[in-house]
Amino acid sequence: MNTAVDGLCVEKVHVWRGDRHVLKGVSLDLHPGELMHVSGPNGTGKTTLLRVVSGLLRPEQGSVSWRGQSIVTVREDFQVALAYASHEPALKSDLTALENLRFTVGLRRRVTVQELRAGLERTGVGACADLPARVLSAGQRRRVAMARVLAFQAPFWLLDEPYTNLDAAGADLLSRLLEEHVRGGGLALVVAHQDLDLATPTRQLRLQG
Amino acid sequence: MRVGAWQALLLVMHRELRLSFRRPDQLLQPLVFFLIVTTLFPLGLSVQLTLLREMAPGVLWVAALLSSLLSLDALFKSDADDGTLEQLALSGHGLTVIVVAKTLSHWLVSGAALVLVSPLVGTALAIPTGAFGVMMASLAIGTLTLSWLGAIGAGLTVGLKRGNVLLSLIVLPLAMPLLIFGAGATDRAIGGTSAAGALYLLGALCILTCTLAPFAATAALKITLE
Repeated sequence: MNTAVDGLCVEKVHVWRGDRHVLKGVSLDLHPGELMHVSGPNGTGKTTLLRVVSGLLRPEQGSVSWRGQSIVTVREDFQVALAYASHEPALKSDLTALENLRFTVGLRRRVTVQELRAGLERTGVGACADLPARVLSAGQRRRVAMARVLAFQAPFWLLDEPYTNLDAAGADLLSRLLEEHVRGGGLALVVAHQDLDLATPTRQLRLQG
Repeated sequence: MRVGAWQALLLVMHRELRLSFRRPDQLLQPLVFFLIVTTLFPLGLSVQLTLLREMAPGVLWVAALLSSLLSLDALFKSDADDGTLEQLALSGHGLTVIVVAKTLSHWLVSGAALVLVSPLVGTALAIPTGAFGVMMASLAIGTLTLSWLGAIGAGLTVGLKRGNVLLSLIVLPLAMPLLIFGAGATDRAIGGTSAAGALYLLGALCILTCTLAPFAATAALKITLE
C-alpha cells in the first residue's frame, strides 16, 4: 500500500544497531509542498531515520518508497531527486568551495561555474568561492553546503541539523529558502533541535526513545 | 540533464587527481619510500654486481608492493571521514562508478608513478637496460592489480580507526602471486630469456581483478557505509 504516490512514503521502518532497537516502526508520508520537522531527544534515531530515507542505510524491516516505488528499485532516479545534507558539511578541505560544489553537483547534472558562483553568492559565501574549504569557518562551510543543496535542484530535501553553526542571518536565510522550496512544490524532511520559524505549514514528527 | 556514467567517472577521477596534487607530500611519500628502500639494499649488501642483480627483482617488487600499500589506506577513508563519501554514494550513479574512478586514480598517482621512476631504481640495482621494458611492463600490470586488490581491503577497513595493519594483512597474502610472477618476469628479462609466460599470467590476474574487484570493493564499502 502506497498512500503517497506522488511523494515519499515510509512504512513501519525498524532498525537495530547491535542490540539497540533504534527505530521502532516509524511510518510517515510526505507530499509535494510539505515540510516535515523531525525532532526528539538525542539518540532517538533522527539521523538514522534520515539515513534510511536517503537509502544509505537499509532498514531491517519496513520500506521506503518514492513516487509509489521502492527506493531500492528506482535508486538512481530517487538519488537524483534527493538533496541530502548530513550533519557535517561534507566538504573536502583541500578543495575550494567552488570545486567542492563542482565535483558533487557536476555528478548530478550539467552545471556551469557561473551558476555555482551565483548559488554561493545567494547563500552569502560568494567571496569565499575560491578559498579552500579548510580556511572557512564552520558557519561558512554550512552555507556552502546550503548552496550545494540549492544547486542540486532536487525536489526532495533531506536536511540533518541544517541550522547548526549558522548565525541569525544564516538561519533566517535557510528558513526563507525552505519556505520557497516548499511553496514551489518541493518536499523537505528536516531534522532540527529548535523550533522552525517558517511561514509555511510545518508537519511535526517527534521521535521518542 | 542527467550526467552519463563515463562523465561521472572522469569527473570523480578529476576530483581525485586534483586532491592528490593539492597534497604533494602525500603524493611523494610512497615514491620516496620506494626510492629509499631500493637504495638501501645496494648499500647494505656487498658490492657484488652479480649478487645485486640476482636480488634486484625481489627487492624491486617487495618495495613496490609496500609503497603502494602506504597510500591505499586513504583510498576511501578520507572521504568517509569528512562525509563526502555519502555525497558520492548518493550522486545518482552506482557506487561502482565511484569505486572504479577512485581506484584508477589511485593507480595513476601511485602505481604509474612507480613505473616512471623504476628505471632509476633499476639502475641502482644493476638491472641491465635491456630488461627495463619488461620490468616496467610487469610493474605497471602488477601495481594496477594491486590497486584493485587494495580497493577491496580499503573498502572493508574504511570504518576502522587503525585499519592500516589489517589492510596489509588482507592485501599482502592476495598479492603473493603478483610478487612471484612479477619478480619472475623481471628475473627472466635480466637473464635474457623470454618473460612472456610470466607477463601473460600477470595480465590474466590483472583482468581477473579488473572485472571482479570493482564489485567486491563496492559490496565491502556498502557494508561499512551502513
